Amino acid sequence: MSAPVVIVDYGMGNIASVRNALAALGVPASLSSDRMDLAAAEAIVLPGVGAFGEAMANLHSLDLVGPLTEQVVGNAKPFLGICLGMQLIAERSEEQGDHEGLGWIPGAVVPIPPRDGFAVPHVGWSELAFGPDDPAFARLDRESCFYFDHSFTLRTESGLVRATADYGVPLTAVVGRANIIATQFHPEKSQRSGLKFLRNFTNRFAARQAA
Amino acid sequence: MSTKRRIIASLVLRDGIVVQSIGFERFLPVGRADIAARFLDDWGVDEIVLLDIRASAEARRIDLATVEAVAASCRVPLTVGGGIRSVEDVRDLIRAGADKVSLNRAALETPELIGAAAEQFGVQCIVASIDVRRLANGKAHVFADGARRDTGLDAADFARSCATAGAGEILLNAADRDGLRNGYDLDLVEAVANAVNIPVIALGGAGQPSHFVDLLSSTGASAAAAANMLHYSEHSVAAIKSVLRNAGLDIRLDSRSDYRHVPFLADGRLDRRPEAELADEIFEYIPKEII
Repeated sequence: MSAPVVIVDYGMGNIASVRNALAALGVPASLSSDRMDLAAAEAIVLPGVGAFGEAMANLHSLDLVGPLTEQVVGNAKPFLGICLGMQLIAERSEEQGDHEGLGWIPGAVVPIPPRDGFAVPHVGWSELAFGPDDPAFARLDRESCFYFDHSFTLRTESGLVRATADYGVPLTAVVGRANIIATQFHPEKSQRSGLKFLRNFTNRFAARQAA
Repeated sequence: MSTKRRIIASLVLRDGIVVQSIGFERFLPVGRADIAARFLDDWGVDEIVLLDIRASAEARRIDLATVEAVAASCRVPLTVGGGIRSVEDVRDLIRAGADKVSLNRAALETPELIGAAAEQFGVQCIVASIDVRRLANGKAHVFADGARRDTGLDAADFARSCATAGAGEILLNAADRDGLRNGYDLDLVEAVANAVNIPVIALGGAGQPSHFVDLLSSTGASAAAAANMLHYSEHSVAAIKSVLRNAGLDIRLDSRSDYRHVPFLADGRLDRRPEAELADEIFEYIPKEII
């Protein structure tokens, strides 16, 4: 029997929703902050709502930074970061001071640049621009909408950006490299489009299991 | 391009069940919150707001089990309000499945809670809920205690102070239109939307789909919320979205029926299609999509 998906439980945000959404897909997931569970997991999801500084402090105080990095960067486990969970994998953030992130991908988290007519935070449903044949967007199209709710945005190397949302300026919506994929939007709150996105993620390791 | 304009369902809880509220005074029972949420989610609503309107007055917090049940029944964002008095309350509600919390009484009495909660959970998580009534002279004032007591505060000024304190959205409730179905208070919404640079959700007065068109085409509101009309009109969300789309507004269409070929009556309700047209209909089997 394979280990389930582990959703990292580090006191930040609405993690039950991620488990509910995965359950709707028939994918069992457990909430955990235990390094042994991370080691046994088939895939790791790092959700998160809240402030960057507190999130990193929680990861440090639960002694999760090392184990997470070992599993995701060292062992190349399939990883999905959601919202704050995407921002945390960057090198640093300017939210309420200057904070160091997990540093798995280059770049920094900065305030959404203010534009006339574009309220901040960026709250609501946006369409995405993504490349053709990206397996992360299988069965999704340019009219599929995803739910965003954020005041800060990730700036990273363009080669790592898999999708953007147009909000006066292009905002990083999905970053990815090898086993890592992370979304600024909330797939667990993006209704049917979000479930399809999550299915595309779980298919990566479900396919590997089947093979 | 901005975000899609949102259609938000407001579920008003009283004594544990969803009710229809008329003027904040009369209440008619609707049913269980989690079942209402499941239907609204299926119909393609963009967001759900769950408010326990008696919690503050009864010095208690909205029931966590209800929040959990509603959160488990929908795949759209959930905002929860009712008796929130501390950062711990906010944390508990988020753990129970809320994506955002709505502060109404706390925004008036302990505005520092907005900032404290925003610091912990981010401004995007904090919605300031404001009940407004117009005075005889037309001025829009913030009302407290279930929209019964005039605070003397101007609605736009108070919205601005909530935004400064750290709120990420304003839920603007025109209390004197509650349950009247006579349309949104467009001037009020525009005044508040102009006063702040955070999204404004308009609530109060929606009675038919054209009211949504009026609101979203003539004001800077990011979202239109409604409570009663979504419960008591057939196919309400899809009908509203169909009318909005035909009016050229940018909305999210994600439900299985887009009501493209369906006629509407003047009040926005579905019309019966002509017999001859139905006879000519070609029935096509569309299997349920497996995600």
